[in-house]
Amino acid sequence: MEDMSQYPLELNGDDVPMVRFMNVSKRYGDLTVLDALNLDIQQSEMVTVIGPSGSGKTTVLRMLMTLEKINEGVIYVDGKPLTHMEKNGVLVPASDSYIRSVKGDIGMCFQHFNLFPHMTALQNCIEAPIHVLKMNKKEAIERAEDMLEMVGLADKKDQHPIRLSGGQQQRVAIARALCMRPKVMLLDEVTSALDPEVIGEVTNVIKKLVAEHNLTMLMVTHQMGFARDISDRVCFFFDGKIEEQGTPTALFDNPQRERTQQFLSAVKSAD
Amino acid sequence: MGSKKSLSLKPLKRIAMGPIVSIYEGIQSAIKSLLAALLSGVEVSGRVDNYLEFLAKFGDRLVDGAFITLEQALLAIIVAVIMATIFGVGRVSTSLLIRSISTTYIEFFRGTSLIVQLFWIFYVLPFFGVVLDPYPAGFIAVGLNLGAYGAEVVRGAIQAVPRGQYEAAYALNMSARLRMRRIIFPQAVVIMLPAWGNLLIELLKGTALVGLISVTDLMFQSRQIYSLSYAAIETFGTILIIYYLIARLLITPSMRALETRLSRNLKRS
Ligand SMILES: Nc1ncnc2c1ncn2[C@@H]1O[C@H](COP(=O)(O)OP(=O)(O)OP(=O)(O)O)[C@@H](O)[C@H]1O
Ligand SMILES: [Mg+2]
Repeated sequence: MEDMSQYPLELNGDDVPMVRFMNVSKRYGDLTVLDALNLDIQQSEMVTVIGPSGSGKTTVLRMLMTLEKINEGVIYVDGKPLTHMEKNGVLVPASDSYIRSVKGDIGMCFQHFNLFPHMTALQNCIEAPIHVLKMNKKEAIERAEDMLEMVGLADKKDQHPIRLSGGQQQRVAIARALCMRPKVMLLDEVTSALDPEVIGEVTNVIKKLVAEHNLTMLMVTHQMGFARDISDRVCFFFDGKIEEQGTPTALFDNPQRERTQQFLSAVKSAD
Repeated sequence: MGSKKSLSLKPLKRIAMGPIVSIYEGIQSAIKSLLAALLSGVEVSGRVDNYLEFLAKFGDRLVDGAFITLEQALLAIIVAVIMATIFGVGRVSTSLLIRSISTTYIEFFRGTSLIVQLFWIFYVLPFFGVVLDPYPAGFIAVGLNLGAYGAEVVRGAIQAVPRGQYEAAYALNMSARLRMRRIIFPQAVVIMLPAWGNLLIELLKGTALVGLISVTDLMFQSRQIYSLSYAAIETFGTILIIYYLIARLLITPSMRALETRLSRNLKRS
């Protein structure tokens, strides 16, 4: 059994990170996918995760979205524990209702968009604000229209996903997530399923988000150029651990670790 | 048939609003008048010498029977859809209790035969203080039976909705109920429709048993006509065709139309 007393009930102080992974491990049976991960993401920071396939990048995001349960450690969001809750002065695994009360701060976009196919773009965007945040419909529509405008799809609001291109669908998905006013946005390879010619329209939206919104972002991508352009920090994952991290310039131009160098040169020669 | 009066009570009439009832009765009498007009020249004697005479003599009964069969089928569909939805969703509940109840219902009604269930509901339930007229007993039995098969269809369809839909709804912080109600179930409906088309035809066939507890459906009427006329080929040939026509002209096209309507925004045209 893990000694839970090592974990604070909440994070206090001046520089509480927006997200903290503390000793987080994830296993599937015998396979350790993440091994005692420690990672802090500051308020408004844009952190990009890169690394070879199977290194655990998606798993990190899914754990933060609580789509995966963790085996050890604690994740904190905005100072509050997410995966755990306080009971009699120690942290115990969180109940579903507790998790729901905290994870509202987190939004996520997926590789395959996952728009609701039976709803129009606008309906996709107002569904959760109305039914989860209990926003009134008029307000929700206004907000959704603003967000669709922001991603450049104001004119497509009444289209169903099937009539949108992949790039448009992904932009709707971003707008949909933003309508919930998350503090943290998770983006898992949001351009990987797209045709090369529409990747730009999605990356431009993300750049705009970074520039104009006060969001904390954690993004997995295979596009090194894009990662370099917009990240505050890049984490290179290898085998369930952060092998190396740093500013884009430091990591891309002057990688210290051999595995990072190998990975980057392999990616470069593939381009 | 002395008891016939009390059997002809039509819940459909009581449930539905006036206009619908008048349209319904209008159609029924229109079909009878049409039949009468077509057969106006036909002599009806004591014996049945040819098919036209057969129709002239028993046409009204067949029409009555067909409409009772339609009513039974329609009411059974309502019961089946409600049961299938409740227990199909129950099968994927996170609560072990709800899952067990649903499994029990499904297992029971799929594991025993419709005719036995029909007799239980009509002959055995009275011993437990539940007395049902033949008419409601009939469609309830058929509805409960097909509802169990339907529940498995509903469960299968829910599980066939891509996992990404659940994940997206979860990431938007929707509660389990909201996810089911607004995201998963509406998509499952589209997936399950073709299977329901088959189930409803099964259900229609199942209603042929309600005559055994003396609901005056098509099967019941045909057995009466047969015992009066001994015209086996005419009698059972006609109802065969009527059952087939109900299935192919009413059920199949309705389901197709529903499928087209519900999937019109899901498929590129
Ligand atoms: N549900 C699961 N059951 C078993 N193993 C899993 C499961 N999900 C992921 N894994 C394993 O965990 C490891 C990390 O997976 P993850 O999806 O996080 O990798 P990734 O870095 O995102 O890879 P990619 O770049 O291919 O998306 C892989 O070895 C994968 O096979
Ligand atoms: Mg991945």
